Amino acid sequence: MAKRIDITDLNIHYGAFEAVSGVNLAVEPRSVTALIGPSGCGKSTVLRSLNRMIEVIPNARVDGKVLLDGQDIYGEDVDPVNVRRVIGMVFQRPNPFPTMSIYDNVIAGIKLEKRRSKKADNDDIVERSLRAANLWGEVKDRLGRPGAGLSGGQQQRLCIARAIAVEPQVVLMDEPCSALDPISTLAIEELITQLREEYTIVIVTHNMQQAARISDTTAFFNLSGAGKAGHLIEVGPTQRMFSNPEEKATEDYISGRFG
Amino acid sequence: MSQIQQDLPVSSLELQNELKGKRLPRWAPWAVAGGAVVLALVLALVGAISGIPLIAVVAGLLFVVGETAWSFRVEGRRHATDRFATTIVYTAFVVAVIPLIAILFSVVQKGMAAFSLDFLTGTMRNINARDAGGGVAHALVGTIEQVAMATVIAVPIGILVAIYLVEFGRGRLATWISFFVDVMTGVPSIVAGLFIFTGLILTFGLERSGFAASLSLVILMLPVVVRTTEEMIKLVPNDLREAAYALGVPKWRTIMSIVLPTAIPGIITGVMLAVARVAGETAPLLLTTFLSQSMNWDLFNGPQAALPTMIWDQIASGTDTALDRAWGAALVLILFVAILYVGARIIAKVYAPKTH
Repeated sequence: MAKRIDITDLNIHYGAFEAVSGVNLAVEPRSVTALIGPSGCGKSTVLRSLNRMIEVIPNARVDGKVLLDGQDIYGEDVDPVNVRRVIGMVFQRPNPFPTMSIYDNVIAGIKLEKRRSKKADNDDIVERSLRAANLWGEVKDRLGRPGAGLSGGQQQRLCIARAIAVEPQVVLMDEPCSALDPISTLAIEELITQLREEYTIVIVTHNMQQAARISDTTAFFNLSGAGKAGHLIEVGPTQRMFSNPEEKATEDYISGRFG
Repeated sequence: MSQIQQDLPVSSLELQNELKGKRLPRWAPWAVAGGAVVLALVLALVGAISGIPLIAVVAGLLFVVGETAWSFRVEGRRHATDRFATTIVYTAFVVAVIPLIAILFSVVQKGMAAFSLDFLTGTMRNINARDAGGGVAHALVGTIEQVAMATVIAVPIGILVAIYLVEFGRGRLATWISFFVDVMTGVPSIVAGLFIFTGLILTFGLERSGFAASLSLVILMLPVVVRTTEEMIKLVPNDLREAAYALGVPKWRTIMSIVLPTAIPGIITGVMLAVARVAGETAPLLLTTFLSQSMNWDLFNGPQAALPTMIWDQIASGTDTALDRAWGAALVLILFVAILYVGARIIAKVYAPKTH
C-alpha cells in the first residue's frame, strides 16, 4: 500500500516571492515524517506541493522533482486529480461537507470520483474507514446524521476517515490537531500511530512534543530572515533530532530559545 | 444582604459600589412614552399643533428628548447614548414597515371587493369597463407562463455566469463580464422591452407574443440572478473546495456536488427576488406582447395578457367596476409572488446544510 516520496531540489514561488528553496527530503514508506519549524518557514507549502494542492493557489509555481516511488508527480501528462487520489490530505480545520451525512462524507471521495459503487460495498468501506479512524463506535448508530453536527475532534477523525476511504498511498496532514483540545489530540495521535502500519504519513505540526511522540523522522525548516525563502535545515531520525541535533538552529528551536 | 455587607471588608464594599451603576427603573421608557403622548395631546388641545401625524411626530420627539435627558442625569453619558441609539433604530424600523403594511392593507381591503372564485376563473372577454364581473384567469395564465419561461432561460445562464465569475474568472474577460452585469442591473425595464421590440420584433420579425415578453424579462432577471448567486458561491468556504480536491475530486464535480448544494438556499432566495421583481413589470410587456382581454394559452402566438398590464388597463378605464378589478388583480399578483416565495423558502429549508 504505502509508497515512498523523494523530493529533489524543490523550489516554490508565489508569484515573484520565493517561499521555499532547495529542499531535498526522502520520506520512507510506512513511517511518520514530521515537518517542524517557525511560522512562515514553508512547511505547509512543502506539504501542499506533495499532492499538487499548491496549484489551487493562483500564481504558485513549483520547480524541482517530487518522486512517488520513482514517478515524478510534476511530470508531463500527470493529472493532479489522479495524484490527489493517491496522496490524500487532512487539513488544519476539520472540514466535513455540510450538506452531507456522516455516511455520505466518508463515501464522498468514492461517490464524487466517478465510480458507481454498490450499496453493500459502500457500507463496507464506510465501516472500515470509520473503524480505522477510531470513530465507528461513536457514530455507528447515527450515520445518517449531518457530519457537521459532530464535535471538533470527531469531525477531524471523520475527515481522516474520508481521506482514507479512497485508499490513498500517502496521507498528508497539515497541523491536524491545532484546532483540537488535548483529549481529541490524543485520539488523533493514537490514530496516526495506527495508520503508520499501512500508510506513509507526512505531518506538519507546531507542537514539538507531538512531533517527538509520533514521528519516526523529523525535518526542521527555518527562515533566513523576514521576507526570505524557507530552507530545510536538518532532517534525521526523530530521537536524534530531539536529543542531539547537528545544527545550532535546530537545537535553539527545539529547546525553545526562539520560535 | 446586610449580613454579607457586614462581613465584607471595607475595600470590597467600595468595589461593590464601584461595579454597581445607577439605572433607570424598568418602567421608565413606558412612563416617558406615556408622558410624551399626554403632553402632545395637551399641545393639540391648546391648539399649538393639529393632525394625527404631527401629534405622533411631536410625541416621538418628546419621548426621545425626555428619555435621553433623564437617562443622562441618572445613568450617565454611555447609557443615555445607548437609549438614544436604540430609540432611533426602532423608529427607523417602524417608519420602514409602515408603508409596507399600508400597501398590503389597502390592497387586501380593496382587492377583496372584486375577489371571488369567478374572478379567478373568468376572463375579460366581452366585458366592458362599466360591466361588473370579469376575471383575471387570462392574465394569471399569461404572468405564470411568461415568468416561468423567463426563469427557465435566465436562471441556468445566470448561475453558469456566476460560477464562471467565482470559480474560473481571472483577468480581463471576467472584469468585463462583471462590469456588464453591473450595467445590466441599472437598465430601466422599459429599455429592456424596447430592446426586444426593436432588436427582435422590428428587425427579425418575431411576432408579438408572451415569449417576446419573456425575453425582455430575461434581461431584467439575469443580473439579479448572477449577482446573488455569485455572492452565495463566494460564501462557500474554500476549505470545502480544498477538501474535495484533496480527495481527488475533479473541479467540475466539486462545483456540482459540493459548492452548489452548499450555496443552494441562498441561490433559491436570489432567484425568488428576481422572479418577484419581474412578475410586476409592466412597461416591457406593453412593448412586447401588449394586452389581451381573452384567454391565450399559447405563449408563442398572439398577444397575451399579464397581471401588471391588466391592472394598468383597468386603471386606465377608470370606471368603478374597472378599479375594483384592478385592485383584485393587484391582490392576485401579490398572492402569486407570496406563494412562490413561501414555496421557495420551504425548498431552501429542505436543502439547507444541517447540523442536527
